[in-house]
Amino acid sequence: MKISYYPGCTLKTKANNLEKAAVASLEALGIEVEEIDRWNCCGAVYSLTADDLIHHVGPVRNLIRAKEMGADKLVTLCSMCYNTLARANQLMKDDEVKRDTINRFMDDEIDYSGEVEVVHYLTYLQEQVGWDKLREQVKVPLTGLKVGTYYGCTLQRPAEVGIEPMGSYTQMTGLLEALGATVVPFNAADKCCGSYQVLGAAPGENSAASAILNSAAGAGIEALATSCPLCEYNLGKQQQQMLEKQAIEQGVPTFYFSQLLAVALGIDPELCRFELNDGQSLELLKSKNYLAAA
Amino acid sequence: MTLRINDRTLSRESIKNLNELSGENVKLCMQCATCTGMCPMAAEMDYSPRKVMHMAQFGLQSKLEEINTYWKCASCHACTVKCPRGIDIAKVMEALRQQTLRTNTNYIEPSEMSAETIAELPQIALVAGFRKMTS
Repeated sequence: MKISYYPGCTLKTKANNLEKAAVASLEALGIEVEEIDRWNCCGAVYSLTADDLIHHVGPVRNLIRAKEMGADKLVTLCSMCYNTLARANQLMKDDEVKRDTINRFMDDEIDYSGEVEVVHYLTYLQEQVGWDKLREQVKVPLTGLKVGTYYGCTLQRPAEVGIEPMGSYTQMTGLLEALGATVVPFNAADKCCGSYQVLGAAPGENSAASAILNSAAGAGIEALATSCPLCEYNLGKQQQQMLEKQAIEQGVPTFYFSQLLAVALGIDPELCRFELNDGQSLELLKSKNYLAAA
Repeated sequence: MTLRINDRTLSRESIKNLNELSGENVKLCMQCATCTGMCPMAAEMDYSPRKVMHMAQFGLQSKLEEINTYWKCASCHACTVKCPRGIDIAKVMEALRQQTLRTNTNYIEPSEMSAETIAELPQIALVAGFRKMTS
């Protein structure tokens, strides 16, 4: 089995831990990952004004790259890339007038009308492998790890592109339970972490992010799983400063879901690049003896 | 909040412009404040999303230009998903940002950001933030 894959900018650098672990996991499950040729930045956010079509050109070009490679599905990992690509795809499928304008503007490209389906990695894993089959492949069960499924905004909103409706967390729950972890519900799983507002905020003074961490800690969660590099930055990398400013009482190690998947599949921890996480993340896994086998 | 509504503050033109730019109809809002209840950034806004929708309904353009609500919006779409009137409020906030940005005005200045901050932030934070807050 082979799948076309769109990485996005952040996954090649700051969030390389999200990508490396995810690609290694698919390969361990017998799925070949083919990165699309000449991909470009998706734009990170979907343009929301009615007259702004130029910002749809970036994501649509990526979809055209996938179509040229004969892909019927394009798998993405980063929540923001997923959202932007999926919304641009929907526009090209549904809005005849805007589609026509965008296609005519890109006269150096083949025409595109939403032929490729944009799929998030979690959905792909659920549909192609399934949680029961995945469970059979687990070499290091994450027994005793209390995890919170942090979806944030862009995996679920708006509803048209959500991998599942707001308030429902079945995909990440299915994955983490198949890995042997215990999923603990908390009331901030779909709350916004503050997103790009971090640009104007003083370090560690992001009330949206501290509220999420306090909710998770209060529910007894030991680790948060996410699929968004910006959420990971706001919740994970800013944690030390939030502790110093007493915005949160205790830290909650954050992970990309793909890192937990790779650890459970017994993949070399080097590929999970834990050095890109906050230091306490690796400590937690070591203290639970999940890395002993590797 | 005291709002003056008279022939100098109320602008039908601005209601029309906002509706065109956002693709939404602000007059559909029934002021239930579900958006404000859902908003993770409401505490940092000088006027809540509901109040901004009210200002928009009356076309209070000069008031809308001076508030920070849409600059604090993180485009999380929680308001959009929950609005019982089906208004995509995130699009209204984007239109309000764009009205300022299209006058060649930046809300944040990239040149004032420190090299350390830029080196540390993930690319999606920079791209998203600059898309939303610079012209």
